[in-house]
Amino acid sequence: MAKLHVSTTINGEPTEFLCEPSQSMLDVLRGPLGLTGSKEGCGSGDCGACTITLDGRLVCSCLVLAAEAQDREIRTIEGMAEGDRLHPLQQKFLEMAALQCGICTPGVLMAARTLLEQNPDPTETEARFWLAGNLCRCTGYDKIIRAVLDTAAEMREAAR
Amino acid sequence: MNVQANKWIGQRTIRPDGADKVTGRAAYAADTTMPGMIWGKILRSPHPHACIRSIDTSKAEALPGVKAVMTARDLVDFPIDKSVMLGIQDMRWMCRNVMAREKALFAGHPVAAVAATSEAIASEALKLIEVEYEVLPWVIDVEEAMKPDAPILHDHIQFEGKPSNIAGKLEHKLGDVEAGFAAAEVVVERSFRTKPVHQGYIEPHACLVSVLPDGKTTIWSSSQGQFMVRAMCAHLTGLPQNDIRAIQAEIGGGFGGKTIIYLEPVALVLARKSGRPVKMAMTREEVFRASGPTSGSYSTVRIGATRDGRILAAKGTFYLQAGALPGSPIRGAAGCAFAPYDIPNVHSLGFDVVSNRSKVAAYRAPGAPIGAYAVECVLDELAEALKMDPLQLRLKNAARQGTKAAHGPTYPRIGFEETIQAALEHPHYRAPLGPNQGRGVASGFWFNAGGESSAQVNITEDGNVVVTTGHPDIGGSRASTANITAELLGIDYRKVSVLIGDTSTIGFSNLTGGSRVTYASAMVVTQSTEKVIRTLCERAAKIWKIDPDAVVWEDGEARPAGDNAGQFPPLTLAQIAARASETGGPIGAGVQLNTTGAEGGFATHICDVEVDPELGTVRVLRYTSFQDVGRAIHPSYVEGQMQGGVAQGIGWALSEEYIYDKQGRVDNPSFLDYRMPVCSDLPMLDTVIIEVPNPKHPQGVRGVGEVPLVPPLAAVANAIHDALGHRFYSLPMSPPKVLAVLEPADA
Ligand code: FES
Ligand code: FES
Repeated sequence: MAKLHVSTTINGEPTEFLCEPSQSMLDVLRGPLGLTGSKEGCGSGDCGACTITLDGRLVCSCLVLAAEAQDREIRTIEGMAEGDRLHPLQQKFLEMAALQCGICTPGVLMAARTLLEQNPDPTETEARFWLAGNLCRCTGYDKIIRAVLDTAAEMREAAR
Repeated sequence: MNVQANKWIGQRTIRPDGADKVTGRAAYAADTTMPGMIWGKILRSPHPHACIRSIDTSKAEALPGVKAVMTARDLVDFPIDKSVMLGIQDMRWMCRNVMAREKALFAGHPVAAVAATSEAIASEALKLIEVEYEVLPWVIDVEEAMKPDAPILHDHIQFEGKPSNIAGKLEHKLGDVEAGFAAAEVVVERSFRTKPVHQGYIEPHACLVSVLPDGKTTIWSSSQGQFMVRAMCAHLTGLPQNDIRAIQAEIGGGFGGKTIIYLEPVALVLARKSGRPVKMAMTREEVFRASGPTSGSYSTVRIGATRDGRILAAKGTFYLQAGALPGSPIRGAAGCAFAPYDIPNVHSLGFDVVSNRSKVAAYRAPGAPIGAYAVECVLDELAEALKMDPLQLRLKNAARQGTKAAHGPTYPRIGFEETIQAALEHPHYRAPLGPNQGRGVASGFWFNAGGESSAQVNITEDGNVVVTTGHPDIGGSRASTANITAELLGIDYRKVSVLIGDTSTIGFSNLTGGSRVTYASAMVVTQSTEKVIRTLCERAAKIWKIDPDAVVWEDGEARPAGDNAGQFPPLTLAQIAARASETGGPIGAGVQLNTTGAEGGFATHICDVEVDPELGTVRVLRYTSFQDVGRAIHPSYVEGQMQGGVAQGIGWALSEEYIYDKQGRVDNPSFLDYRMPVCSDLPMLDTVIIEVPNPKHPQGVRGVGEVPLVPPLAAVANAIHDALGHRFYSLPMSPPKVLAVLEPADA
């Protein structure tokens, strides 16, 4: 079958790629585009390791067809730091040891960033339910939640 | 070591590999590629038990794009009746687990593999392989597998003179257990069942293997030990170890499940046959069907005590599912079960039982949670019968320095009592509870481990430090290594880089497992750094033209001491490094050791739950774990280990289980149906680090990682009993089971 030609924007960069009609966005990110920061933990939408945003909306990239990226805006973990400046969430995750093996971390960070964009002052419960689609087997989530809430407080402070 | 004086040990430093991981740049096994790389895939048996009559791969080989096909014939044949041990793994089982030989022993058992230019072609080719099976009766459950008429998996395995699925037995005895029970005034005996549960690492197994025409082989893979990968691949493929370079990719979780190989030898053979680098990655479904998990079990525990709560005798029988090939963690179950207590008469038995499910792999304190679940629940009932506080009962019988444990050792200074005391005094233990809420406690033990480790500490020309060790860093161990090196050298932590060497760049180092890495690598890193410091002093002495013994290393610089004190301005690391060539050459030192003295670890946990009487769901409201860690080199990652283990234990207790369908296949091979705790299921997991230094370790370290999974099963079960007044004797305590108690069918 002929490949599809897709024009999209990834982390602010105009990007073009060819894909099979059945190929997932995750496969294209990790394969031809070489953006391996998005991870595959399940390929079925159950772990969140592949989390990206599509026009600002959080999605599991393993469940998005690559062809759907046409004329859309994609953000991945690779675009989270600005130059050599880590996003406050990335910095806080390091300071508070909110990762162990790190395989869930890109997805968790993407989801947490979107949370804070939409809700700068989440309660613990709101943060827990927001991140419920991102499995982490290492941390028990404690340090992840603390890091997210701490970052939110700092970002609110900085925005004042 | 003077704790107060530490500048870096005990600090919450930023891990050396941190930025790499939060930016998505860290390279895990599935992230690696090579020019010309092709894809390998595995054909798996649909039957839980079947003789393999023939395998015809000719049609698959003829498919355009297919570059190689393999079966078990392409691996070294280890006769089934002769043991070939590599550490604790028997290669005759390992080779049969990697690819079925005489029989397919579980649904999901690999029978053949292909490598093709695309994943799609590889999948297509698998469908063209014709396997003729003779389907056999099968058995999954541990109790079923021990029945007299059960299908036998391995004809050569005998128990008590008859063919049997009981493949092994282990026994610990202390004192006279019958006399102990005869003297006891209160005796409680109960039986317990647990389901197999998976380690649940988020990263599926993956590898990339390149074999050059001259046999030189490079393996990138996700494992808990690059040296394990090298040795097992060498055994299974016949290559000499020097021809194999095994490189540990960053690893996305293991918890014991990556202490053995699955894909690496298959990819190696396919790469050798095809002449192309071969990449393989399991799907999540394959991970569930064919890797890990830990054993399901059936246990009976009997404990007898005097009326004032002195335990006189304990007997435990633990039957563990090994999966299709022998090797369940009976040592952990039978050995750790009673280890926290000073009991004069103990008889603890473990039985290794094979059945038609995937071969178990290690899972965090392998076997110990199963033993502790039974013992700690019985202790709860005993406390109730004695009208004693359950922590006081444990305190009264706690093992301490000088206690002789049934599994062998007489304990040196240990910190078990301290964990119970801390729990007793913690506000959590006295906090009020609401309706439908309950509180449970439990304790636990893990052996911990030392073993082989290697390290190399090099001073760069500009006076910084690069440390290389041989253990995959699975949860922040590079940070601990950096803390220790900076502390000893008296320099800023940021001047130290820590790397994990591959099998060709660092000396043999045993697996990351058994809670050994920080313990053992701290030892070799300490000794290497001390050697470096001696060299630095010698170099300063040379520059000053004084006796090396008259130089001391303090605060990151060489200072003249004794008669020479104050004679010369101190020399910093950078100043000495700059003059390394003229004073004798590059500065660095390596140490290789078989480390010993890893003393046991103990913990006590408090758990509060609330039961929803409408839904039958159990929610953990509050959880506090108290653990003696010896010395916390990096407290954040120590806490992280404690929290992670607790979360896994809560999953094991409440929601995780393998479910089999009527064809003997796993019916829930996805994260949707195999229900691990998600963020909204859990509360904050409080931790209390207790530091009773291990006298046999330079920094006082005890292993940390495994103990946290030992108490939770019973802590949760005891809390549910406190809430409902009903005891469950099987896991998981999932909503259907809870509802069945709350609303009996006939009500
Ligand atoms: S890989 Fe997409 S949700 Fe798991
Ligand atoms: S840090 Fe390992 S899965 Fe989250």
